[in-house]
Amino acid sequence: MADSRVNVPGKLVRGQPFEVRISIRHAMETGYRMDNAGKSIPRNVIRSFTCRYNGAVVFSARLSSGIAANPYLRFFLTAAESGELEFEWIDDAGVRGSDRVAVAVT
Amino acid sequence: MSIVSRAGAVAMLALVVHAAGFASAQQRAIPADQLRSGITFAGDDVRAMQQDEFANPGMLWVERGAKLWSEPAGRSRTACAGCHGDASLSMRGVAARYPAYDTAARRVVDLPGRIDACRTRHQQAPALAAESDDLLALATFVAHQSRGMPMSVKIDAAARASFDRGRAFYYQRHGQMNMSCAQCHEQSWGRRLLRETLSQGHPTAFPAYRLEWQTLGSLDRRLRACLFGIRAEMPAPGSPQLVDLALFLAWRAEGLPIETPGVRR
Repeated sequence: MADSRVNVPGKLVRGQPFEVRISIRHAMETGYRMDNAGKSIPRNVIRSFTCRYNGAVVFSARLSSGIAANPYLRFFLTAAESGELEFEWIDDAGVRGSDRVAVAVT
Repeated sequence: MSIVSRAGAVAMLALVVHAAGFASAQQRAIPADQLRSGITFAGDDVRAMQQDEFANPGMLWVERGAKLWSEPAGRSRTACAGCHGDASLSMRGVAARYPAYDTAARRVVDLPGRIDACRTRHQQAPALAAESDDLLALATFVAHQSRGMPMSVKIDAAARASFDRGRAFYYQRHGQMNMSCAQCHEQSWGRRLLRETLSQGHPTAFPAYRLEWQTLGSLDRRLRACLFGIRAEMPAPGSPQLVDLALFLAWRAEGLPIETPGVRR
């Protein structure tokens, strides 16, 4: 169920900040809801999210049950070298998801 | 004028009205120049979310649908793309024509129903459950190809009975609150119901991402939610009653552009 979409600007200038946007398909089950039989549905949210830029961690986040379903994250990084952004996340059920995108710096 | 001749005159009038039945059915309660998509009743934040190709969470389903489009399925090991090729060409404008009469099924089917029929008939794959994630993704992907195109369903002789049933359902009072669809969406649109502004109830955004649901859902799900609200019986998702109603709604919205995937509160 790990579908995601990533968006970065096509051309980046060295030393300049750029916007990274990622949206991940995830139910973000809060743990506060009950099913039709009245049984509590266990919490299952994306617990942690990491973004690596050419191997180095540049952004990380801890998410919790207060975050809406299909979380949409938006943050800024500083362009350094051309290369790759790698995204990784893990939910409470232990399911890992990942995505990657190439960045071109001029 | 005697009572008998008056009764005759009424009968004559009834005949004339019946003969012109098709034309009078085309009389719209909301004139074409006053039609407004549901998004125009939404707040700025919801509108911005729908317009931004990236922030629109429904696009996650479009992308998933695109993947499924080219994945072989069923005993035939054929993908949708195997017959229909590039969806941006072959599926452009298709959603604008649905619900439509299906000659093989001999009834009116909606877009998810047509996709499921294609799966069982041609791909020889088990049907996808109504409201299942895969069916929603495929329907959203196909409908997205018609984004911006005006709704234009065909009400011909074959679809006529279904259309009439849908219209009857629309004007029929339902449930404990004894309300019809028309009372809110035709007679009171633009007015407030608690903190909501009543929309005209057009189906152009569906399948749509609804913030209340925290997920994407079909028109059937939305119609059931409305029926739940007026404490009426809810037909099962994919049931013929909801397809009939969807056909009437699509006709009612004729000319409005398709927004799939829409975002709604």
